[in-house]
Amino acid sequence: MGILLNEQSRVLVQGITGREGSFHARACKDYGTQLVAGVTPGRGGQLFDDAVPVFNSVEEAVDATQANVSLIFVPPPFAPDAIAESVDAGIPLIACITEGIPVHDMVGLYRYVKANPARLIGPNCPGMINPGARCKVGIMPGNIHMPGRVGVVSRSGTLTYEAVGQLTEKEIGQSSCVGIGGDPIIGSSFVDILRLYNDDPDTDLVVFIGEIGGNMEQQAAEFIGSPEFTKPVCSLIVGATAPSGKRMGHAGAIITGESATAESKIRALERAGARIIPTPADIGDTVATALVEIGLGA
Amino acid sequence: MKLHEYQAKAIFARYGISVPDGNLAHTASEAATATESFGGRAAVKAQVHAGGRGLAGGVKVVSSPEEASSFAAGLLGSRLVTNQTDAAGVPIDSVLVESLANIGSEMYVAVTMDRDHRGAVMIASAGGGTSIEQLASEDPDAIITEPVDPVMGLMPYQCRRVATRLGLSGAALRDAAEVLSALYRIFVENDCSLVEVNPLIVTGDGAIMALDAKMDVEDDALFRHADLQQLRDRNQEDPLEAEAADDDIAYVSLDGSVGCLVNGAGLAMATLDVANAAGAPPANFLDVGGGATDEKVAKAVSIILSDPKVDRVLVNVFGGILRCDVAARGIVLAYEQLQAEQPLVVRMLGTNLEEGKSILAASGLNVTFADTLTEVTAALSNPPTGV
Repeated sequence: MGILLNEQSRVLVQGITGREGSFHARACKDYGTQLVAGVTPGRGGQLFDDAVPVFNSVEEAVDATQANVSLIFVPPPFAPDAIAESVDAGIPLIACITEGIPVHDMVGLYRYVKANPARLIGPNCPGMINPGARCKVGIMPGNIHMPGRVGVVSRSGTLTYEAVGQLTEKEIGQSSCVGIGGDPIIGSSFVDILRLYNDDPDTDLVVFIGEIGGNMEQQAAEFIGSPEFTKPVCSLIVGATAPSGKRMGHAGAIITGESATAESKIRALERAGARIIPTPADIGDTVATALVEIGLGA
Repeated sequence: MKLHEYQAKAIFARYGISVPDGNLAHTASEAATATESFGGRAAVKAQVHAGGRGLAGGVKVVSSPEEASSFAAGLLGSRLVTNQTDAAGVPIDSVLVESLANIGSEMYVAVTMDRDHRGAVMIASAGGGTSIEQLASEDPDAIITEPVDPVMGLMPYQCRRVATRLGLSGAALRDAAEVLSALYRIFVENDCSLVEVNPLIVTGDGAIMALDAKMDVEDDALFRHADLQQLRDRNQEDPLEAEAADDDIAYVSLDGSVGCLVNGAGLAMATLDVANAAGAPPANFLDVGGGATDEKVAKAVSIILSDPKVDRVLVNVFGGILRCDVAARGIVLAYEQLQAEQPLVVRMLGTNLEEGKSILAASGLNVTFADTLTEVTAALSNPPTGV
């Protein structure tokens, strides 16, 4: 089953006629995603790749195609508007890939999303994928994934691919993979996604990859340690080498105090009973060992 | 992007916050003239993008134009090393000369973005002058926190509440509340990540005045602030970091000797951790980004190689949008242009991997290939050879 996406996911791409939007819309479609619509204001009536109708607004696209997932490739100055438009059109699941949205814009937008029946993944994220349902809503390379029963959640893009690559190499398949984004204010937290994995009968174990900055990893640790959370977790925190006060690529990856350090996050996860992945080279091995320990490994 | 104190104070003044009379001086004689105009006594303050100036000897109260001149002469053209800079420090190109304020009491006030609250918070403390980090660790109860609802904004009653907790009353309470409200407007209207006043003072006459001013503007929002873009001072930035930023490359210089080229911030952090665990500390963080061309990769490599500490280069590219052949061409291009000889450890995965590998293999460069991070660890565990 997996989380967030399934066989009923009908995807529209906002910004489908742009360079990145068209490239990734095509890659999603090739993977097997039901790509039902595109939205580019002023380009309504065109067909994308001679197959996918393009609309002027999300509302029109939803009316015509019953799209229920939106994937956003719109430049930062216009991305907040694109997110709000999808929320307003009643789309329940929105992934925003755009990097560089001003934090001040996310303050109001975060509250708008929460006040409506919508879930936002990102911004500044790789999106999500459900290999079993052949549904990819994001920029990850589809071919590295394989269907299975391990859930992956991370803030980042390429590091998630690294993790997935190591799992697939060991023939450990994934129920779903979600990248929640590297910005300081994002639509869904680690806890939000862990809650979904906890409730998913087809996820046996969760790989949780955090990084320096903020304290979202500590909040996740608190949830992982609570009686409510019942699944084993393997966790990697990156950025132990990062100096204080410097932004490490991600807008949110900056050490601003003790709780933002890798060490503090690792300690919290250890206390919560998560298995710690010692270095980024050990993701596949740690998960394989954990699966054997819980009686699910080869 | 950080602003200088004098730039932030000009903005404060536009929002009706009083600041001391001041003149910016680029020479010792300008500093002396300014001191003269303030009656022969003044505060002379190095204008640098770093806190901790006072302790580092960058600020002095002078009692004569001559003293101002000699203090400014010692600062201008030198570099200031504070507890917030690296060992090289930051250059002092100007000093702010200010009339002396009559300090009654000192307070700390800041507006910043709080990730938990997912919005702005005002932070204040009656103990001004010292660092808020120190206060937070020694006496966290002394810190006043006032979260702001983004729809309502920082309400006047909240400003009065903070002012009351700061121990103010009467006219000073009302005046301080106005200042707090203005600080929040500065924060929002200029897309700041931080507005900080340390200290905000009550003068002997009961007036509220900002003795210091710090503003950090969010880089991602600069596209809508043409006026603030003009205030950028590139001299204060790490030259390599600034050069990289111009090409949309995220680069942070570190202390080790392994130059790192990676695509994606998370994988880049992970790669540094791998290098460190292998006993080969990284010289830099570098995320070349997703849709890089061979020119952009070449630029990234040349930035890495322009750091004299770098004795070898680790490449870790997960080829998706960035194809492996493009990365390989960029690396070869930069090495040829610079006639560089530092050995490479290259780990690439994904699109056009074989083509990328054969470009590097045919280049004559000293390349060790690794297929996995475990192999990267092994390759880095041996000392660099062939330099």
